[in-house]
Amino acid sequence: MEIVIALGLGLLAACGLYLVLRPTSFSVALGLTLLSYTVNVLIFLGGRLGATAPPLALPDAEGLADPLPQALVLTAIVIGFGMTAYLVAVALRAKGESGSDRVDGGGGA
Amino acid sequence: MSHLPILPFIVPLVAAIVLLLGHGRGIVFERTLSTIAIVFSMLLAALLLVTASDGAVRVYRLGDWPAPFGIVLVLDRLAAVMVAVTAALAVPVVLVARQGIDTQSRHFHVFLQLQLAGLYGAFLTGDLFNLFVFFEILLLASYALLAHGRDAPRAKATLGYVVLNLLGSALFLVALALIYGTLGTLNMADSGARLDTVAAADAPLVRTAFALLAAVFLLKAALLPLGFWLPQTYAAASLPVAMLFVVMTKVGIYALLRVVTSGLSEAAATADLLEPWLSWLAIGTIGIGAIGMLAARRLTLVAANLVLVSSGTLLLGVAAANVTSIAALLTYLVHTTIVTAALFLIADIIAERRGALRDTIEKGPHLGEIKIIGTAYLLLAVAASGAPPLSGFLAKLMVMQSLTATPHAWASWMALLVAGLVTALVLARAASAYFWEPHRADGATAMAAHASRADATRPLALPLVLLLLTALALVPLAAPLSAYTRATAAQLEQRQTYRDAVLGNATIERERRP
Repeated sequence: MEIVIALGLGLLAACGLYLVLRPTSFSVALGLTLLSYTVNVLIFLGGRLGATAPPLALPDAEGLADPLPQALVLTAIVIGFGMTAYLVAVALRAKGESGSDRVDGGGGA
Repeated sequence: MSHLPILPFIVPLVAAIVLLLGHGRGIVFERTLSTIAIVFSMLLAALLLVTASDGAVRVYRLGDWPAPFGIVLVLDRLAAVMVAVTAALAVPVVLVARQGIDTQSRHFHVFLQLQLAGLYGAFLTGDLFNLFVFFEILLLASYALLAHGRDAPRAKATLGYVVLNLLGSALFLVALALIYGTLGTLNMADSGARLDTVAAADAPLVRTAFALLAAVFLLKAALLPLGFWLPQTYAAASLPVAMLFVVMTKVGIYALLRVVTSGLSEAAATADLLEPWLSWLAIGTIGIGAIGMLAARRLTLVAANLVLVSSGTLLLGVAAANVTSIAALLTYLVHTTIVTAALFLIADIIAERRGALRDTIEKGPHLGEIKIIGTAYLLLAVAASGAPPLSGFLAKLMVMQSLTATPHAWASWMALLVAGLVTALVLARAASAYFWEPHRADGATAMAAHASRADATRPLALPLVLLLLTALALVPLAAPLSAYTRATAAQLEQRQTYRDAVLGNATIERERRP
């Protein structure tokens, strides 16, 4: 299970990084979204993988699921969402000012 | 439990909310409220400085949850100094913004207050995740402030800045996830204590986590390979925003200093994480800043590159990480923040008076009131280049003295001295273009237009005088200031006192992580 998740996260991060390095702001926004997915799953994993640990303190339970990463990831999701929305707004304004979607200042779309 | 540690965060936050609620009441309302909030914050910051000067570490538990489980704010000398510097800078910033820049687009003062709230919060928090949240608050406000204004196309510069900082935030979260996964805590004091007992299997992960964390802070501080975004961004910002951004690089340096002094260098898992390369990169940053200053065609760009130089100088202090170097870097931080902000301000005053030439370093029309502007410029140039008798000399001397025992002292000394020489050279060259070789053939109409422009810059005199007086006051106040920063550095060295204050003496049983 660990190796599947690790490879999946690596692939997701690689795709995100590739898209961020593309010259148009649309793919940059897409890449940052992929990266933030990666990060969110990674925060979850900070609480360890496991399907059997109960979320509540039951009397006969072996251990507990760690509730803190869920709180952390919720905060991270909200912040990431707001930031992406702002990025799209700035990208639109930059397109309005310069007439092109490119982030590197080059011409063409 | 006194509520003092949270007040610097609450005041600008409430001011921002009231400003939003009162939107539509006109610019006078916004300016008055914003100024009152900032002056009040400054008084609070002074109170914080005095309160923290007894050497006790004051802990504010949000919701009264005990430390590693709840979020704490920590008021110690370091936090008080950083809050005070920011609050002192905010006053001239709001005075500049009142001169019409704040009407160019909506909600300027709201974002200004939010940015200040984020800054104060970042300085006061004792929790790494909370630090991330405050970073996001101040970054989001800074994105909006950077895009503010109609007079220049800023969206491109903003876009690069936003993308870079979003990547930084993603890395920050990766680092936090790894730290929580391995150490089981995000409290700074607790994580510092737990670093000593990291299992050998976890050591590489912990090392990676703290390396990522350092990279994020160094991106904010604009260390060499991560700093190329800075000059263009700062030069593109409107004047009050550029002045306020001077303190933004210092947040990265503060955060790095806080993490390093929480016990990073002593623990086996993270020993030698920063030491081998940080001072060389800091020297490189100083070099890049000096080259950037030589290449700059505008005074604003010179000031922006000066931010790089001061970042490098401060990071030399962080790299040495002993009591004298931390004391020296804090003294230098106070000086450089004030002086660089003042340089941005005087660059704008000169630019306004030169019409289409702006602040390009070329011969141009007569500035008018040359004695006043020239004197202010001379004082700032002397302070910025670190020549005696002004504060720059004293601060730089402290930094250089503190570096004598470090392995690469000769390289650091050389970088600092060359950077000082280059600063003096560039500012002198600019001065000769602005003040000594003016009088390009100007028609009478140009003179009339110029007179009205000169009037427009006159209200900027008050914030400039405030900054200059602060910079000058740092000379007679050098003894108390350096005593305070020395005590601050000594307090940072006493890790156990900090940990005991934050965590309490009671050891709480925690479930062993699988």
